[in-house]
Amino acid sequence: MEVKDIKIKGISYDEFKDNDSLEKYVEELRANGVGIITGVLDDIINWGRSNSLWPLTFATSCCGIEFMAVGAARYDFARFGFEVTRNSPRQADVIIVAGTIVDKMAPVLKRLYDQMAEPKYVIAMGSCAISGGPFCNSYCVVNGVDEFLPVDVYVPGCPPKPEALLYGMMQLQRKVKMERFMFKDKEVKENE
Amino acid sequence: MENIKELILAKVSDAVIEDKQYLTVTVKPEDLRTLAKMLRYDEGFDYLIQLTGVDYGDSLGVVYLLAKSEDMAVCIVIKTATADKENPTLPTVSDMWKAANWNEREVYDYFGVIFINHPDMRHLFLTERWKGYPLRKDYDAGRDVNPLDLKSYDMSDTTVSYVSEGDGIKKIEKNLFEEEDYVVNIGPQHPATHGVLHFRTALDGEIIKKIDANCGYIHRGVEKLCEGLTYPQSLHFTDRLDYLCAHIYRHGLCMCVEKAAGIEVPERAEVIRTIMDELQRIDSHLIAWSCMCQDMSALTAFIYGMRDREKILDIFEETGGGRLIQNYNVIGGVMADIHPNFVQRVKDFIPVMRKGLKEYHQLYTGNVIARERMIGVGVMSKETAIAYGVTGPSARASGIHCDLRKMAPYAAYDKVEFKEIIRMEGDSMARYMNRLDEIEESLHIIEQLIDNIPEGDFCAKTKAIIKLPEGEYFQRVEGGRGEWGVYILSKGDKTPYRMKFRSPCMTLVNAMDTISRGGKIADLITIGGSMDYIIPDIDR
Amino acid sequence: MFDFSIWTNWIDQFLRTNLPEFWALAIEFVVVGVIILALYCIIALALIYFERKICAFFQCRLGPNRVGPYGIFQSVADMLKMLIKEIIPINHTDKFLFYLAPFFVLIASILAFGAIPWGNGLQILDFNIGIFYILSVSSLGVIGILLAGWASNNKYSMIGAMRSGAQLISYELSAGLALMTIVVLSGSMQLSTMIEGQKDCWYLFQGHIPAVIAFIIYLIAGHAETNRGPFDLPEAESELAAGYHTEYSGLQFGFFYLAEYLNMFIIASIAATVFLGGWMPFHVTGLDGFNAVMDYIPSVIWFFGKVVFLMMLSLWVRWTFPRLRIDHLLDLEWKYLLPINMVNLLVMVIVVIYGWYF
Repeated sequence: MEVKDIKIKGISYDEFKDNDSLEKYVEELRANGVGIITGVLDDIINWGRSNSLWPLTFATSCCGIEFMAVGAARYDFARFGFEVTRNSPRQADVIIVAGTIVDKMAPVLKRLYDQMAEPKYVIAMGSCAISGGPFCNSYCVVNGVDEFLPVDVYVPGCPPKPEALLYGMMQLQRKVKMERFMFKDKEVKENE
Repeated sequence: MENIKELILAKVSDAVIEDKQYLTVTVKPEDLRTLAKMLRYDEGFDYLIQLTGVDYGDSLGVVYLLAKSEDMAVCIVIKTATADKENPTLPTVSDMWKAANWNEREVYDYFGVIFINHPDMRHLFLTERWKGYPLRKDYDAGRDVNPLDLKSYDMSDTTVSYVSEGDGIKKIEKNLFEEEDYVVNIGPQHPATHGVLHFRTALDGEIIKKIDANCGYIHRGVEKLCEGLTYPQSLHFTDRLDYLCAHIYRHGLCMCVEKAAGIEVPERAEVIRTIMDELQRIDSHLIAWSCMCQDMSALTAFIYGMRDREKILDIFEETGGGRLIQNYNVIGGVMADIHPNFVQRVKDFIPVMRKGLKEYHQLYTGNVIARERMIGVGVMSKETAIAYGVTGPSARASGIHCDLRKMAPYAAYDKVEFKEIIRMEGDSMARYMNRLDEIEESLHIIEQLIDNIPEGDFCAKTKAIIKLPEGEYFQRVEGGRGEWGVYILSKGDKTPYRMKFRSPCMTLVNAMDTISRGGKIADLITIGGSMDYIIPDIDR
Repeated sequence: MFDFSIWTNWIDQFLRTNLPEFWALAIEFVVVGVIILALYCIIALALIYFERKICAFFQCRLGPNRVGPYGIFQSVADMLKMLIKEIIPINHTDKFLFYLAPFFVLIASILAFGAIPWGNGLQILDFNIGIFYILSVSSLGVIGILLAGWASNNKYSMIGAMRSGAQLISYELSAGLALMTIVVLSGSMQLSTMIEGQKDCWYLFQGHIPAVIAFIIYLIAGHAETNRGPFDLPEAESELAAGYHTEYSGLQFGFFYLAEYLNMFIIASIAATVFLGGWMPFHVTGLDGFNAVMDYIPSVIWFFGKVVFLMMLSLWVRWTFPRLRIDHLLDLEWKYLLPINMVNLLVMVIVVIYGWYF
């Protein structure tokens, strides 16, 4: 099943991997049907959100350099509207966890995430953020940020190439494009 | 050196002196300060290169590697140990070498050794709530002892020091800051700290009164991990310490193991390694330049630096397969032969880089605002640099001859001709210019080698399992930010008994407090940029 | 030269003949208000896109190109997102001042925006002290910034706000004096009279040396007043995270963001009006044919052309220079710009008294 309304400019639907989980996610979101007006409003909002994902400048180690490379001339994530890296978590939309998270850093990262304004997304970049990577046996390394953060997209690699991060960000865009925002709270309450 | 032996024996009669890789002196803890004073003030061993804690099983010891600022190749090793594992104490040497300050805190972290009279005996990498001493051999690394705690705690504003008084030891609590200080937290998540470093900065208006630097936000316990892995397995950690000098660091560890195991490295591999090292150095200095410009808010300059750096990464990627982390060196040589395009690509790159350098000078070096902000800012005197053990381009900006490629040549550095860049000013501008000039020198080295890569094997044949004979091995290499060192204590197994990496960046951050006092907040950022530290290298 | 006041007067007449005066005025107020706000938004969005593209080209990048052709809807997407982003209520803040601050900044720039002459006959407020009015309302913005820094209860914000206070108050002096130099030349503070006075020759050329000096000083001081690099100390990204607006999220941050770009526009348009003749075309005395051709180009295009040119200069500086340090910043103002400015004013007075201008 191809989800018709997910379009990323220049890349066809089939070129993306892991379409299954996206389709499952869409099915879940649309289980009770989507109202015409709310659906259209959602689409407009999602268009805005997905094209303006401002990352927080957050990097702990190697992956941070690749994150910088994505911002620089050759890869240039400004093309997708990600360029405005914010230094204040209040103004950021997505936190790219680039690098190893250790025990001492984990509370800080959690706090940063809590300080971000909704809607907020998390990308785990690199094997350290995904699972602890080469340091997973260490006495003070967190084995994956998903232990305490809800991760939206995983970008594997040690460190991932800039292209991989761009791909991951596009996957996040696809996910954001499917979200439901209007009257979501009301529906959740009714279901309860 | 014979002279020194006699002098040592005259001072400390029961010292054990051995001729190993370096002259090694073993003393009792109570004689340590006598010997250290003599070496520091009479013999001119003013550089404390490494300070390593070791758990010998029945005792806890410390190994000091000292060098002379006049001739960095002359080294001496002091060893001492205490048998008391319950309440281990040793005398501090932090009053003689300021570099010992953080190193002793690191030993306290790892082994629980308390240094008497140390001014600031806090944990360096681990939190105050950490139970146990992770690098002791009996430490159980289970997560149930030290579970992940997500609660944010306030940082303590006090520090302790242990002072000997009569027979006993007295604990003294001190405040880090004064009552009326306006303390601003710069970090751990801050755009200008180049990673996760935490400066607690006491301000008077915009003027910096004191900086208390906290590390450990990326302390991954690499040294402990290495103890459980064989030598080829532990290689990949070095790439991830200072990811901008991945190749150079790995080169250092490989050399250490090769020397210890007596592996002869083919000449081709030596030359390839040297070229790669220099490319890596250019890459590292480019990032340093870019990030310094970015810290001073010149984003265009940042992007120009990153743009030219991509060309080096292309060369790396073609030959080694990796961009940032190449995993290219292996014990005995390099992992694969160079790509057929390699020589041509490097040759094409050299003029591009030269043009780039000219552009950087036009865009940034001559800029009046940049000059105002760099000249005379963050002056590091020669004495300060020596006391803190600062090496690399930053120390060479303070007039110290410390380029190991010249002082103690390794690989193919003795075959090439290049200048050691020395400046005397010691300010941010000197450090900045040193880096750009070193790029030029690196290009010069590459130019001499690229046409003369000898034919032959790219890797020596090694056994599948490499066992090092019992003993201690040191290796020092010139990284992008200073001298990187490795210390291996082998008990004859296929895994090291203790492996320690000497971090050049730690000395840089340690010196930050001294050289940025009295400056503005903006100066702190400039100085930080010009020192160019990489945090994972400090925390390991 | 087409006079837009024909249209506006016709509408005014039409409303007044058909409605009582009160209602006619009320409708006019509302319409003008809506137009101003809409223009405000559109110009800000266009500017954001414009800056991103220009900066990308300076840096050998492409800039936004995915949303719409050449990415022209990029800033619209940003605005949509910002509108529905959560506004975080923060503990330990002065709630009232915290929420008030962004409005202060925004309103200050809207008030100044209202007095800009867009084209021949397109000006909403035409006081006899127009320049004075613009100077005074645009400097109100600093109160908003100070409030934001103070109310946030955040040390970065506080330092940022204090820097911004020191910076704006000092550079206000230079900007004011530079404009006064031209007021001496024109003999009026009314914007329409000033533009009319540049019919034959722009003040930049009329006043020759003192006017050029005043122009350069105004560009520097104006650039500093907009808090943009190299004068972006109040938000100094690499030093103070996000400076005075560190704690603001969502739409409130959006207000600061919009106001920053609009201030750039306002400064550029004042400079264009006072020094480069505003909407007045480029005329050369004696060349009637040339002047007639110039008159064919609509006044609005003249105005925007000049403003865009000045903004290009500003962006060029912004993306080339590193940031000043606070003491260098104050040195520049108090040791160089202000004394030069005062002497320059005196020179201008002498020039005007002896009639040495064109």
